[in-house]
Amino acid sequence: MSVLLEARELVKHYGAVHALRGASFSVDAGEVVALIGDNGAGKSTLVRHLSGVEQPESGQILLNGEPITLGSPTDARVQGIETVYQDLAIAPELDPAANLFLGREIRRKGLLGALGMLDNGAMREKAKVEFDRLGVSLQSMSTPIGSLSGGQRQSIAVARAVAWASKVVFMDEPTAALGVVQRERVLDVIKRVRDTGIGVVLISHNMPEVLSVADRVEVLRLGRRVAEFRAADATIEDLVGAMTGALGDGEAA
Amino acid sequence: MVAKLSKITTVWIALVLVLLCVVFSVINPAAFPTAFNLKTLLVEAAVLLVLSVGMTFVIITAGIDLSVGSVLLFASMCSALAMNSMAGGDSTAAGADVAFVGLLVALVAGAAWGVLNGLLITVAKVPPLIVTLGSFGAALGAAQLAGDGTDVDTVPEGMREWLGFGNTLGIPNMVLVALIVTLLGGWLLTTTRFGRYTFAIGSNPEAARRVGISVTRHLIMVYTLVGLLAGLAGYMSLAQFGATTLSGHTTDNLNAIAGVVLGGTSLFGGVGSIAGTVIGVFIPAVLTRGFIITGVQAYWQPIAVGLVLVAAVWFDQSRRRARNNR
Ligand SMILES: Nc1ncnc2c1ncn2[C@@H]1O[C@H](COP(=O)(O)OP(=O)(O)O)[C@@H](O)[C@H]1O
Ligand SMILES: [Mg+2]
Repeated sequence: MSVLLEARELVKHYGAVHALRGASFSVDAGEVVALIGDNGAGKSTLVRHLSGVEQPESGQILLNGEPITLGSPTDARVQGIETVYQDLAIAPELDPAANLFLGREIRRKGLLGALGMLDNGAMREKAKVEFDRLGVSLQSMSTPIGSLSGGQRQSIAVARAVAWASKVVFMDEPTAALGVVQRERVLDVIKRVRDTGIGVVLISHNMPEVLSVADRVEVLRLGRRVAEFRAADATIEDLVGAMTGALGDGEAA
Repeated sequence: MVAKLSKITTVWIALVLVLLCVVFSVINPAAFPTAFNLKTLLVEAAVLLVLSVGMTFVIITAGIDLSVGSVLLFASMCSALAMNSMAGGDSTAAGADVAFVGLLVALVAGAAWGVLNGLLITVAKVPPLIVTLGSFGAALGAAQLAGDGTDVDTVPEGMREWLGFGNTLGIPNMVLVALIVTLLGGWLLTTTRFGRYTFAIGSNPEAARRVGISVTRHLIMVYTLVGLLAGLAGYMSLAQFGATTLSGHTTDNLNAIAGVVLGGTSLFGGVGSIAGTVIGVFIPAVLTRGFIITGVQAYWQPIAVGLVLVAAVWFDQSRRRARNNR
């Protein structure tokens, strides 16, 4: 397996907060990497940089070994990189299908499409297929998703990312609001997506979940990568130790 | 799509409108439910309806435009001056060509002010309330400067006769224009990608940005659309009154906002409909006509409108709170 997406020595300040202090990270094609770290370690910030939402002050991002600039989320999406953001980034007043297709609407054929008219029927059908695949059960396809449960909203955000990704999917705590059944479904989907050759980056605070689904674990502390493990060789104690700094820096497997 | 949230308010407010019509008809069956009264009511509401269609888009993006009435005056002043100068100072006898140029000038003048509003809001990042409050004063001032502080009262007679007083198949042309604008607005909002992005940006601009929607570009287009419609409304007003009406239209902005909000469009953005706006615009209009016809003092109208408006917004807010507490 080759390195698909890599961050090298990213630096980012927010005013006085030094959020990324030379953070490095990598994900291969067809692997699940868990990105873990204490609250405030910089995980979400790193993800925002690798999905084009923010740009680093210094450091490099490489895709297939080539340096690239992700100037906007669109740049990242064009490269096949999709993200489930921690804040979900959904439109609560729109229905599930409208959210799934947001920014990628299907237009009608012919003149009506040229006038900008949407093919809502087609979008609903395709959305339904995606939701079924993920096991997202929705009573109604016309309810604004703001009135759904937190878990359902999160599932829709996951479905949207998975539906469009061709290279890498970032998932920032995608199971945090989910019930047991939905959580299993999402973990299932993560494995299935991985098996299609896509790199999956999972941020999670749930250590058993991390060890069960990830192939590799990278640990972030104070804006820097401090350890890397093969999930098969690591224990929860190893992970927690690296996150808190009890093990000391540079621990790797 | 966004039906569910806005529908409840819209249905309620439609019932209020029906109820008002019934009450006034019962009180004065000889004068209220008549074709003449309906025509008068529709013509009186036509200009405001055109403004309110544009305002609906703006408010759905969670924005606001306080400048529509002043932009209307600015556009009608530009239009009247252009037509007069084309006709050598007095355009009263001028033909359709002059009237047509006058229309273009009004549209361009309105749209240009809309672009300016849009740029200040998105690029300079000044809140819409402040930008359009500034434009509210500035566009009126510009109109007064251009007209040396006085109204222009010469417009092509043909334009007055056709648009101002004319009918097609018994329907006043003013009303027809407003109807076409309303239908096009409803089509644009509910069936097209433009409409979808309008809702999405009002619902969560950050989500829109992250999926690659150019929020800046879209908002500029929305404010341009309101400006364009204000320009059209200015031309309609010119045809209706045969003059720029510099002292009128000062509360058009508030009336348009009230109509839109009454119709179930949320000031928080992401929710709204053109159908609701139509109903919302007609409630104050029906109250005005009804009070005239039933002999109630006209001063009661703004009080009644105010009450309904506050009740509608209170309803909207409690609905949202209920949803967010889930
Ligand atoms: N937009 C922002 N503005 C200011 N500070 C921020 C912003 N985003 C993140 N931070 C700060 O950067 C640090 C890392 O945050 P974050 O990436 O959210 O951590 P994590 O996701 O690992 O919990 C924190 O100290 C946080 O307060
Ligand atoms: Mg985070």
